[in-house]
Amino acid sequence: MATTEADLFAGQETSETFGSKVWYVIRRWPVVPIFILAVLLIAAIFAPTLAPHDPIKQNLRSRLAPPMWAEEGSSTNVLGADHVGRDILSRIIHGARISVTVVVIGLTAGTLLGSAIGILSGYYGGIVDEIVMFVVVVWIGIPFLMIALIVVSITGPSFGVVMTLLILNAWTGFVRNVRAEVLSLKERDYVALARVAGASTPRIIMKHILPGVANTIVVLATLGSGTFILTEATLSFLGAGIPPPTPAWGVMIAEGNNYLVDSWWIPVFPGVAILLVVMSLNFVGDWLRDRWDPRLRQL
Amino acid sequence: MRRFLVRRFLFILLSAFTVTIVVFTLSRTMGDPLLLYAKEGYGRTPEQMDALREYLGLNRPLVVQYFMWLGNALTGDLGNSLVDRRPVTRLILERAPATIQLAIAGWALATVIGIPLGVLSSVKRASIWDYLGRTFALFGQATPAFWFGIVAILIFSVMLGWLPTSTRPTDVPLTTQLKHFILPTVVLAWGPAAGYLRLTRSAMLEVLDSEYIKLARAKGVTSWAVIWKHAFKNALIPPVTVSVLLLAGYLNGATVVELIFAWPGLGRLALDSLYNNDFPLLTGSVLMITLLYLIAYFISDIIYVILDPRIRLN
Repeated sequence: MATTEADLFAGQETSETFGSKVWYVIRRWPVVPIFILAVLLIAAIFAPTLAPHDPIKQNLRSRLAPPMWAEEGSSTNVLGADHVGRDILSRIIHGARISVTVVVIGLTAGTLLGSAIGILSGYYGGIVDEIVMFVVVVWIGIPFLMIALIVVSITGPSFGVVMTLLILNAWTGFVRNVRAEVLSLKERDYVALARVAGASTPRIIMKHILPGVANTIVVLATLGSGTFILTEATLSFLGAGIPPPTPAWGVMIAEGNNYLVDSWWIPVFPGVAILLVVMSLNFVGDWLRDRWDPRLRQL
Repeated sequence: MRRFLVRRFLFILLSAFTVTIVVFTLSRTMGDPLLLYAKEGYGRTPEQMDALREYLGLNRPLVVQYFMWLGNALTGDLGNSLVDRRPVTRLILERAPATIQLAIAGWALATVIGIPLGVLSSVKRASIWDYLGRTFALFGQATPAFWFGIVAILIFSVMLGWLPTSTRPTDVPLTTQLKHFILPTVVLAWGPAAGYLRLTRSAMLEVLDSEYIKLARAKGVTSWAVIWKHAFKNALIPPVTVSVLLLAGYLNGATVVELIFAWPGLGRLALDSLYNNDFPLLTGSVLMITLLYLIAYFISDIIYVILDPRIRLN
């Protein structure tokens, strides 16, 4: 009797239940992280509509109100309220705006700056490359946190200063990896052929080099976004980031630290938000890297 | 190999030089140092202020002041703290032991957890161990250290009352002192342990996939020997170089952890000097921090050369 392919796989088809299909999708695609990031994005865009309360308005009546499920909790403040009665949930939702803005602006600027320098450095080589790599090594040696604190103590904390510092901290990572990639790409035959065919340098870079490093750049950007949020939160926690009363998550944790013993919900929930978002970003970054650029595995 | 190291050494020297310029310039933008220095001398006449300015060398051009400062710094004189008028070098030396102790503890813990778990995770790939290891890595790298410290205090000190939170006293038995180490060490090691794990795992996976490992397995080498003698030795290069930088980072004073656990180390010293506008102390401690880091960076280069024959022989 001739065995067809259908016979061979017949048994497996029947054993494939709905549950195993779901499990297959969850294992193959980063479903949960993407869901969390989608929630973050929606919270950030529709913050004023979604938040039950004003994130900055103080309300002494609900001062240090515990979360809903605690004995004295009420549904007015689902995740409780802080030391001046501001609703924690509303502040976290509005804080999502800060985090998304930080990542979007910071990553775009850091990625563009770092990638452009990396491509030019790798492509031109020689003295340009030497200078760029020297600056990068020196830059990495600078203790970022201390310099950031000093700069903020001079200028005073503001969103612009924090963004500038974060971008200045991020670009080196892009330069090193993109440069390494370009160094090998520019030796390929198709680049040499393009040059022989008379293509101009800008054209070679835009049409032949850039597409080759695009994957690397996207993967680096995704992997870097989590670090961005963590660094912003650390700066805000130390008082050198987003100035209060803006509900940045790091600021909320710093303020809640003083009320830890009696009102644990003030610092704990913003931290959970940071943890979930950074974890999701890292997960998606890993997933993209494994698909697009396995050479970056040692990051 | 010698060329590589000499080049790196020059890089480091230039780095250190650049950092001193940056720090010096920034510290002078923080305010007129004379006003900070003479802040309790309200009764001084303008002539006296000028005399003091000249005495301190603050009337010279900034470049000259920089080189005066650099010259003194090279001979180990970083000036006096503005707040308690004591030599900066002595203040730094006083705080250093606390930071060094915590740094070594955190570094040892991170290494002992991260590297073996990374090996386990790669050898038992796609098993429950691998998933547990990767989950830990995911959590570890996403946890903000300052938040983790706060939560650890909340759970183990406030709720359970097992561990102390405040500064370690030095006049009590060693076992009591050790208790003060537990929380800061774990918080310090948590994130880097996760980083180690990922790094070791990916390096091991790469090596385990190579031809010479297949050959070793094919000729019947026991799997213990394949993993530890053949694969681990080569996979160790990235984690070891990273570990030197990690120790350097810890020695810099884990500012955030020291702040949360009221640890009397270098990180706190630098933070306090910043809040007090104490610019000699600030420049001194940032200089210390940077030099330590750059030295470690150079050592990691040397280790890299020793471990990786491809660089050594070129």
